[in-house]
Amino acid sequence: MRLRRRDWLAGAAALATVRPAAAAEPIYHRGNDADPETLDPHRSSTVAEAQILRDLCDGLLTYDNQGTIIPGAAKAWTISEDGLTLHFDLRPDGRWSNGEPVTGEDFVFSLRRILDPATGAKYAEILFPILNAAAINRGEKPVNVLGVTADGPLALTITLEQPTPYILELLTHQTALPVHRASVERYGESFTRPGNLVTNGPYRLTDTVPGGAVRLEANPHHPDAASVAIRRVDFLPTPDMAAAVRRYAAGELDSLSDLPADQIADLRRRFGSQVVLGPSLGLAALAVNTRKAPFSDRRVRQALSLVIDREYLAAGLNGGTMSPAYSLCPPGLDNYRTPPETAGRSGLPIDHEEEARRLLAEAGFGPDRPLTVEYRFNVSDNNRIVAVAIGEMWRDLGVVTRYVYTDAKTHFAYLRDGGDFDVARMSWIADYADPQNFLFLLQSGNDGLNAGHWSDPAYDALLAQAAAERDLSRRADLLYDAEAIALRELPWIPLMHYRSKALIAPRLHGYHPNVRNAAPTRFLRLDA
Amino acid sequence: MSGAVATAGPARRTLARLARMRTALAALTVLMLIALACLAGPALTGHDPDRAYPDLRQLPAGLAAQPDASHLGPALERLAFRMRVHLDATAREGDTLRLTLASDAGVDRRSLVYLPRSGLFGQPAVQEERDGGRSLVVTVQVRRLHFLFGTDVQGRDLLTRCLAAGRISLAIGLAASLVALLIGVAYGATAGFLGGAIDATMMRCVDVLYALPFVFFVILLLVFFRPSLTLMLVAIAAVEWLDMARVVRAQTLSLRERDFVRAARALGVRAPGIIARHIVPNTLGPVAVTATLLVPQVILLESFLSFLGLGVQEPQTSWGVLVADGARSIEAAPHMLAAPAFFLIATLVALNVFGDGVADALDPQAG
Amino acid sequence: MIRFILRRIAQSIPTLLAVVTVSFFLMRLAPGGPFDLERPLAPAALENLRRVYGLDRPLLAQFGSYLAALARGDLGPSFSFRDRSVLDLIARGLPVSGVLGGLALLVATSLGVGLGIAAALRRGGAVDRLLGIGAALTLSLPSFVVAPLLQIAFGLSLRWLPLSGWADGAPSHLVLPVITLALPQVGALARLTRTSLAEVLRTQPVRTMRSLGLPPLRVTRHALRGALLPVVAYLGPLAASLLTGSVVVETIFGLPGIGRYFVEGALNRDYTLVMGTVLLVAGLVIALNLAADLACAWLDPRLRVAA
Repeated sequence: MRLRRRDWLAGAAALATVRPAAAAEPIYHRGNDADPETLDPHRSSTVAEAQILRDLCDGLLTYDNQGTIIPGAAKAWTISEDGLTLHFDLRPDGRWSNGEPVTGEDFVFSLRRILDPATGAKYAEILFPILNAAAINRGEKPVNVLGVTADGPLALTITLEQPTPYILELLTHQTALPVHRASVERYGESFTRPGNLVTNGPYRLTDTVPGGAVRLEANPHHPDAASVAIRRVDFLPTPDMAAAVRRYAAGELDSLSDLPADQIADLRRRFGSQVVLGPSLGLAALAVNTRKAPFSDRRVRQALSLVIDREYLAAGLNGGTMSPAYSLCPPGLDNYRTPPETAGRSGLPIDHEEEARRLLAEAGFGPDRPLTVEYRFNVSDNNRIVAVAIGEMWRDLGVVTRYVYTDAKTHFAYLRDGGDFDVARMSWIADYADPQNFLFLLQSGNDGLNAGHWSDPAYDALLAQAAAERDLSRRADLLYDAEAIALRELPWIPLMHYRSKALIAPRLHGYHPNVRNAAPTRFLRLDA
Repeated sequence: MSGAVATAGPARRTLARLARMRTALAALTVLMLIALACLAGPALTGHDPDRAYPDLRQLPAGLAAQPDASHLGPALERLAFRMRVHLDATAREGDTLRLTLASDAGVDRRSLVYLPRSGLFGQPAVQEERDGGRSLVVTVQVRRLHFLFGTDVQGRDLLTRCLAAGRISLAIGLAASLVALLIGVAYGATAGFLGGAIDATMMRCVDVLYALPFVFFVILLLVFFRPSLTLMLVAIAAVEWLDMARVVRAQTLSLRERDFVRAARALGVRAPGIIARHIVPNTLGPVAVTATLLVPQVILLESFLSFLGLGVQEPQTSWGVLVADGARSIEAAPHMLAAPAFFLIATLVALNVFGDGVADALDPQAG
Repeated sequence: MIRFILRRIAQSIPTLLAVVTVSFFLMRLAPGGPFDLERPLAPAALENLRRVYGLDRPLLAQFGSYLAALARGDLGPSFSFRDRSVLDLIARGLPVSGVLGGLALLVATSLGVGLGIAAALRRGGAVDRLLGIGAALTLSLPSFVVAPLLQIAFGLSLRWLPLSGWADGAPSHLVLPVITLALPQVGALARLTRTSLAEVLRTQPVRTMRSLGLPPLRVTRHALRGALLPVVAYLGPLAASLLTGSVVVETIFGLPGIGRYFVEGALNRDYTLVMGTVLLVAGLVIALNLAADLACAWLDPRLRVAA
């Protein structure tokens, strides 16, 4: 059906040579794992939204298809000697999709808006390095004291609380994208509707159908509009991955942003090099309840970690779509060294097993008193497969594993509220490629993520020192030492680092997997 | 329907009529066989339902002994990596495998335990040590394992899992139907017998529950409490008793005015006594029909919940869980759908056919 | 008759109120809230959100203002689709689910009732015997198995039909979802019709008509009126459930209906969205049951007198 229709269109285009191929202009059907909850960058929180918003809006800085930071709405910037002040020069030809110029005031308005408590932004926290941002978001200071000022229509100054080596990357985040002041004020809540939404990115919104598609077309006012090859793109949610693969196979989707990991071998057989794996900044781990005996005993945590065959989990069960993790930080971070590792990668597995047995025996567990572990996770096929496999590995050690799985909301609320768990599945996808974004997870008081409420004064001190350190290599050393503590104490047992996995149709060009998971449509090309 | 209190007479007639219906009997036989297989089967397949063979994952259905040549190689490679050795030579004679393991750091004999632990091999015997322990010649028996229906993502035997799952599915089906039956009959009979305002109020409650989308109701029940098999039963029963209550109430309303009920009342028998002794036995016909058709509904509902990820929890499993898993990997591993779907569908069809048979048999005017 | 309808409508108001109350408090009892994400929110962010959505107020006050808004026809903003109101989401999705469900209902009814009649008229005949197993089979296939099988067969192997998408209701996009939705109901309706019609055909009045030598077609038509009573009664709730969509069909076929809102709403703790869909279903169930009762009354004069 589809093929025939396309042939017909191609034939029609060939006949009607007077009219250029506007009607036959291909639409890029882009599989995007979930429906966006919002197209308001300040309320947005998901990766799926980030992909759409990156097409719709240009931040001061943005990414190219290699994941490199490139100028967006700003054409040049300088950072002061003390690392506390950033000056941005905006592009003079920057335009909103209604033709109005993009000004420094737009960014002042936008950054104030996201930090305003009344906006109810989920991830305002990302911008807390900006002067007074945290206080404003907590309602302690008025928005106009935010460290963002416009010096003329095309100049912007951002002042920071303290030097932040990853600040440029933060400014590429979806939370730092600008919104069009006049339409926000005019339409209020509904300014994101098609017809109302005015954006400054390479694309503009034409239609949204909840559960159906988010349709974009090239923004003719964008300064780089001429270089945008794909003129129309539909973002389609793919909640059921198996069905998404079938839709891809039928040619109804040109790319998929996620794949069923346990079927990767079959996908490789069917689609060959269309299966594209890439690096990613994610960690899958088990949080251990360090407040609860016997898990408060470091030896028990170490024993549990030592016998996990991470190579099997990553290469076997997940078909190589994950990599074994012996550290919290994945490789490929900026401002860091090769991360330290917990025991297990080198040496003989049989030695690790004996060591684990010895540690458990020291902690008072053995054949006549087996350790019982309750393993909590939020239900998904992959989480279940991994959980069962880890339970098998622990069984070799004489550990009895029981599973409790719940829907995601229950799982995370339970952990956040200090639930009485033994070990719980956790995962973390970084917002920026800096070790701080992984190591803060285990800081004292970060109760939502540090679910076991692990607290180590030396660890906290090292992180605090690192935050104040301006020398990047000394900072890296401090963070390295902190991570080494965490990997010795194992409040989180790292399991695997994520990799990005995608299906890319042969007719789609320009996709390069990268750690930022950035594939802006403007840099892609689609054969007709 | 005769007005007399149920006696052995009509019951025996029903049974006799049922016996004449060959399809219903065939369905019953199928059900018995499946139930029997589920009860006894897991002990006979030679696999534990939880035993995972990491090297035999997603094995297609087949009669051949495993590990076959195509799985033996990768399995040995994985195990060699686990032992941190390389395989210098492999030779197979019948079921005996002769392996030459080598490592610059020396081959640790303790690591040989990984061979039997994989489930594919017997106990290894060291034949020879070379180069001062840097190389080891080992013989080991290759086991002959059979996976008639193949294996799942973890490498667990699907036949065994299907049979073990059947126990849970059938148990849920029967138990939830029974609970729904008890609640429904008691509620319906009470409402119908008492009549008047009480009846109206009780049936209004049923209306309210009817109007609530049952999916929502079950999901909420499952997320409120720690998910467990009992909860699943309760959740399903909680939505399935409504039909039963309506059927029984309608029956009761007509029975209430019958002579034998009036007589009992005139004799001073109290309401609970009348309901238990006279009303309930006389509603058994339609109740039995509703009940036989309820069991397949319950099993199907459980499988829907499994599709949503709210089903039976590991290490237990149910047909619903297995079918949902299979439906997700339908192209990569069709056998993962075929095996549990066969059991599920055979059971449900048999239950439905049997239910129809019971309905026909109870119909006094039929054949 | 008008009085009967009005009385039923009046009766439905307390029922709906009870439904609203039950689901409001049930929903709030569930652990976790709409803003419990995999990445826990900063306490300040959570506080801000709760204030923005009024979740920081006492539960009873929230219920009060929900009811007040409801009285104005406002179902509130959705918690998980933050750009949209619940009313807007339902208004966008209902037509899709409605078209699919309506077509499925049509297909299931015409096929199911037709097959059921054919089977009842010739009991023990080919149709009847095939129906016994066939109906049981369609009733036993979970839709999440049927849907992928249809996609593979007609979409991937034969390439006759598109696998997914709504495409503004283009007919080719409707076929597979409608089959998936209708299939189990064909079996259920056929079985119901067969049993009911067979019963009526054996009753005294019908036998008398036959013995008086009335043409078989007239007899059947007469019998059908009575036999369809339970079928029509069954169609009420069936229509309500078909029209409000199916989460399985919508996720697998990528359709923008409202069926997934029950499940997603409940799992996301999107309180208002769940309340909206529950209200919709409850309202439809009540309305369609009323319609079914009226149809029954029209089919059966005895009921009309009683009403």
